[in-house]
This record gives sequence, C-alpha cells and structure tokens, in this order.
Amino acid sequence: MQPKGDDTRMAVATQSTRALSHLDWLEAEAIHVLREVAGQCATPALLFSGGKDSICLLRLAEKAFRPGRFPFPLLHIDTGHNYPEVIAFRDRRAAALRERLVVRSVEDSIRAGRVVLKHAGESRNKHQSVTLLDAIAELELDACIGGARRDEEKARAKERVFSFRDEFGGWDPKNQRPELWNLYNARVHKGENVRVFPISNWTELDVWQYIARERLEIPSIYFAHRRAVVRRGGALVPVTELTPPRPGEVVEELSVRFRTVGDITCTAPVESTATTLAEIVAETATTTITERGATRLDDQTSDASMEQRKKEGYF
Amino acid sequence: MLAAERLAAPAADGLLRFLTCGSVDDGKSTLIGRLLLDTKSILADALHAIERTSRRRGLEAVDLSLLTDGLQAEREQGITIDVAYRYFSTGTRKYIIADAPGHEQYTRNMVTAASTASLAVILVDARKGVLTQTRRHSYLAHLVGIPHLVVAVNKMDLVGWSEGVFDRIRADYLAFAAKLGIADVRFIPISALEGDMVVARGAHLPWYRGPTLLELLEDASPAQDERPERFRFPVQWVCRPQTLEHHDFRGYMGRVESGEIRVGDAVQVLPSGHTTRVKEIRLHDVSLAQAVSEQSVTLLLEDELDVSRGDLVVRAGEAPEPTRKVDAMLCWLSERPLATRRRYLVRHTTREVRATIAEIGHRVDLGDLAERPAAALAMNDIARVSLRLAHPIAADRYTDGRATGAFIVIDEATNDTVAAGMIL
Ligand SMILES: Nc1nc2c(ncn2[C@@H]2O[C@H](COP(=O)(O)OP(=O)(O)O)[C@@H](O)[C@H]2O)c(=O)[nH]1
Repeated sequence: MQPKGDDTRMAVATQSTRALSHLDWLEAEAIHVLREVAGQCATPALLFSGGKDSICLLRLAEKAFRPGRFPFPLLHIDTGHNYPEVIAFRDRRAAALRERLVVRSVEDSIRAGRVVLKHAGESRNKHQSVTLLDAIAELELDACIGGARRDEEKARAKERVFSFRDEFGGWDPKNQRPELWNLYNARVHKGENVRVFPISNWTELDVWQYIARERLEIPSIYFAHRRAVVRRGGALVPVTELTPPRPGEVVEELSVRFRTVGDITCTAPVESTATTLAEIVAETATTTITERGATRLDDQTSDASMEQRKKEGYF
Repeated sequence: MLAAERLAAPAADGLLRFLTCGSVDDGKSTLIGRLLLDTKSILADALHAIERTSRRRGLEAVDLSLLTDGLQAEREQGITIDVAYRYFSTGTRKYIIADAPGHEQYTRNMVTAASTASLAVILVDARKGVLTQTRRHSYLAHLVGIPHLVVAVNKMDLVGWSEGVFDRIRADYLAFAAKLGIADVRFIPISALEGDMVVARGAHLPWYRGPTLLELLEDASPAQDERPERFRFPVQWVCRPQTLEHHDFRGYMGRVESGEIRVGDAVQVLPSGHTTRVKEIRLHDVSLAQAVSEQSVTLLLEDELDVSRGDLVVRAGEAPEPTRKVDAMLCWLSERPLATRRRYLVRHTTREVRATIAEIGHRVDLGDLAERPAAALAMNDIARVSLRLAHPIAADRYTDGRATGAFIVIDEATNDTVAAGMIL
C-alpha cells in the first residue's frame, strides 16, 4: 500500500490482504530480512558497491532502521578497476547517510601476495573472493548482506535468502539449510558466516521500478551517454586504459548505458538512449537479452562458471 | 496500453506465490517453461541457449524443461535436489514459482516450497490418473495450509483430448480430497507441451469452458488465509536512537504477520501482558493510519513499556495463551534422525526457546496416509509430536495463522534447521 492515506485503497485493505502492490510486498520482505540480520547476527556488514542492487539495499536499510543508525557498517571490496563515477558516488552516498564505510581492496591483496594475477590486465572480478574472505576474517563478520538476486543466473535459482558459508567461505549446494515460512536461521559457529540476500525475489525490472519509485540517485553511467567502444563477440567493450582495442578492431562512439557496473575489465554496456529512470524501466521491460548475457564478459565462457566461483567463496 | 507500457508499469494486482508439484516426468519443468515462454518472460539469449542444447541432443522441438535446468552438481547426477524459485510477471501481477522436485526428498522439498505459497498446482499425467504421489502431494499441500489447489491434468494430447478421461480423473480426485477435508480445488485439462489451456486456450479442448491456468492464477487471492485474521506483530528489533533529535524515540520494528492495526487501537504485549495503545505507525519517514498484513512497519506505543525482540504485540482481548507444552505436526528435514533425549532449539516467530521433543504420537505413512505408531523419526517423516519448552511461547494453532502457528527446530550442535513444525 502506498502510504498516501488514499481512502479507497484503505477500504480494500480492510477486506483482504490484497492491498500490497508487488513493490510494496518486495520492500516489506526485504525490510523483514534486514531486521532479522540485525536481530540474529552479532557483527554483520552490508556490501555496498555503488551498483544498482546495493543502492536498493541502502534504501531498504533506511526504511528498516531509521531514525536509528544502521546496525552494520558498509563494506566495499574494491577491485581497483571501477569506474571513477561509481567510486565517487559510493563515497557521496555513505557520507550523506552518515554511516561507516569500510573499503578493502584487491590491490592490497595483490601487494600482500594473497592474490597472484595471471597477467597484469586479468579481470579481478573473481579475485574479489580472496579480499572479501580476508575482510570477513579481519572484521570477524558473521553475516554479509549482499544484493544478489535469484533471477540473475541459473546457479542462483536455488540460493537461500540466508546462505550458509563454511570457514573457507565455501558454498556447498548440498549443505544449505531448508528455509521455511519466514523463519530464518542465521546461526553460525565461530569462523563461519552467512551471506544474506534481502532482494533474492527481485528481478532486474523490479529493481529499476523501485529505483524509479523511490527516486534514488544512481551513478551517471547507468544513463545513456556517448562512449568509445569496440564490438567483440556480440558485446560492446568500452575502450579504456585497461581495455584497449585489439588490432583490427574499429573504435566507435555510441550512445550506451550500463545495466550493471562492476569491474571495468568484465562489464559491458548496452546500446541505449535512455536518459531518465522511466526510460530505463521501459527499456528493461522490453529487452530481449538477459542482464548477464548482455553485460558480463566473464560469465559467457561457461554456463556453470558462477556456480564454480560461488563454491570458491564468491558472492 | 501498448505491451511495453503494460510491462513497465508496476504490477497493480500484487504478487502471488505458488508451487508446482508432480511426480517425475509428469511435465512439471515443461509446464513452467511453457508459462515463462507464453508470458514472454524468457529472453532471446536464454531461448537461443536452450534451442542450441535441444538441437545438440538431437531433439526435434525445443525442450522447454531445459529452462529450469539447475546446477552443475545436479546436472551431473541427472536429478533435481532442491527447491528452485522462478519469476514472471504478466504486467498485472508478479509471480514467484517455487519449483519442488518430485524425487526422493520430495517431502522436505515440498513442505519447504509450500510454506510460503498460497496456491499449489498439482500435476497429473492424463494417462496415469490419480497416483499415490498425487495423494501425497495433495496431503502435504493441505497440511501446510495452502488454501487453493489446482489439479492440472497434463498430456491431454496423449489421451486424444478426451473429456471422459478428464472427468474420470476429476471424480477420482474429488473422492479422496473430500476425505482429507480439501475444500477449494479446481481442475484444468492442459498440454504443457503444446500449450493448450496454460496461457492460450488452444484449439483442442472446446468442451472445457473454465479458465486457463494463467487466468486462474491471475484471479486467485494471494492471501494465505481467507478468514478475518487476528493481529499478530512479532517484534524484530527495538529502535532507540538516543540522539538529541530523537531523544525519547522508542520504535518497535517488525512485520505484521496477520491481521491489521490502526493508530489508537488497544494492544497487548506478550509475554508481559501489559496493555497500551498504538500511538503511531511509521514506514520510514511516513506516518500511516493503519498497517496491514505482510507490511513491515515501526510501531510507537502510548506507554513506555519494556518490550524487546521476541515479544509479540496483539490486539487487546485477542491474546493467545502462552504455553510451555505444544502439540504439533512435525516434518523431519535432517539426515540425522530425531533424538528424543536431546535438547533442541525451537524458533517461533522472533523468539528462540530450548525444547525437547518428548513424545511421538504417530507417524503419517505417506503411502496410504494412514497413522502408524512410531518410535523414531528420520528425514522426510511426518509425525504428531509433543514438545516441552523451557519458556512459554505465545502460540496460535497453525490453522488459525501460519506465521504464529509455525516453528522450526534447530540442532545447536550443527546449527542446522532439522525440522518444521505446525502447532495443533
Ligand atoms: N505429449 C506430451 N508430452 C509432455 C507434455 N508435458 C511434458 N511432456 C513430456 O514429458 C516428459 C517429462 O517432462 P518434464 O517436464 O521433464 O517432467 P518433470 O520431470 O515433471 O519436470 C518430457 O519428455 C516432456 O516433453 C504434454 O503435455 N504432452
């Protein structure tokens, strides 16, 4: 129900529970999950990357805990290969919320010899796991709240809202707790942790509809802008210092936007003219390509690559 | 409205959670694939991928069941081992499908999937009719309190689209449904493979005048309980910012699990039993006149009471009697069997109490649904048990309200969730 004091809808609400729109329902569920983390976990953190899913999480955390402070810090695992617009946005949001932001970087893990790259330009996406697990150990986190959604990928369709990880951060699909009603079980022994996904039941369209409804600020690169790209294997690859054109490739300047903002080396934009949230919602409603199919350069190699990474401690 | 506009507008008719169940090869995956395909919920690249796989496997038509093909681990074993969740939207309503496989671990999976659903689609192969499995699935759906059952008689193409076959299956089903006390059940003849009566009516079933499966889903009430419900609000978190600006703020945060409440209503806090009135209902920075079922809000009360996580706020005069002895139907979920001498942890709403499962009344034999005496409980068993709790809980009967009538059992040694309980 929209909190507007709309009398006709109030009347309906007294007759049945039909009154909650799908966004209100998803919001209420996510708030409930966040409050369960607060109630059950001693040292949780919320993973905030500056991406659209975690932007929704921050809004949901405000709705769950204000006028109180968040009962957890924000944590960003920085690959060092992020778009500067996103990092600036991240810092601005955390400051505006007056919440604590902890940043741990893959760069430091490389310097400490914890991560060894195959070559200097290798995608750091999968190496985030090492830095994340180190941060979990250092901060003694018993829960990490993340913005993953079940519709993103086949390997996520069976993911729990509270997903159990062993001492090595590993996810064992056979060792997950049954989740019934809304009775979540976040209990862990020392060294273990749970990953919690409050927006498990959201789709990409739900996320954009929610951002539009709540009028949330998002990094500028989510809107259509002109950018130098090359076409490679069906995707658009942005031309950056980290991702120069290969010999023979033609650099074009196109109107593009990002559907997901991650590591520069593995996140591709899509052609778009959407410059407002309403236009993004409309494009999302009619797109014919899945979010990962269009934008993730690393997942296409194998259908099961996400599953593999999760077993290794990936989000 | 154009199709694109329709899809872009938030679904006005809320959200419906349903589950699909059937025996292996009844066509469950094909049906889900068909629903996703015909509601245009499958994007081109995903469709291309399954077209490629179908061709590689030498199939003539696209195998829709590949859309819901899951994890590498189970692909290797060729089985589905867990509940998967799928999403689609028609523009008017968003759907969450809980896809519970009909294999060995079906009881555990089905009870899990059913616990959050308000409708169940039970698949029956038209050639085979009502089987033991069908009875099991119906019993479990009923046990977990799903108010609406839909029996989809599938593979009608293989029985010559025969009305007689459909009528006989309906009569068979109704005969045993009556015995179980299942009231609301609908029947639809379909072909998941060809699509008849799933989303489109198709051309083969002119004798069937009822709604298609999708029409039925669009019309079903998403409420998990049709009766007027009592207000139940388990406190999840107490907000006391103690800042200058919000010096005296005390907000009780939680989700309305059932019923509704308005500002000014008299409420009682359990277990203390103190009564007061609702001063304000907040959702973030908005004040609401009332809060309804499933809404997450913050309650502010007129009087300063000592309220903490685990307490239950109810309407004055509607309080359940706190009790330390609970009779329940228990579904055992763990590979490690129940030990009646051990202490477990029971989580009921937002409260945890130590408990022993003192007595096993009887076990339900899922073959013939008869009650048999039992001395032990293993995975997938369902039994009537008595629990003794270290502290009282404010429990409702499960049939009076799922959220305050349900509990889970946790094994403190492993922290695993080992059983699901429904209070009698
Ligand atoms: N002729 C016919 N075959 C069907 C129909 N629905 C499913 N099938 C076939 O039945 C087999 C089992 O279907 P599947 O969806 O994998 O069953 P599941 O085990 O219940 O998920 C597959 O070969 C399907 O193509 C139908 O309506 N008509």
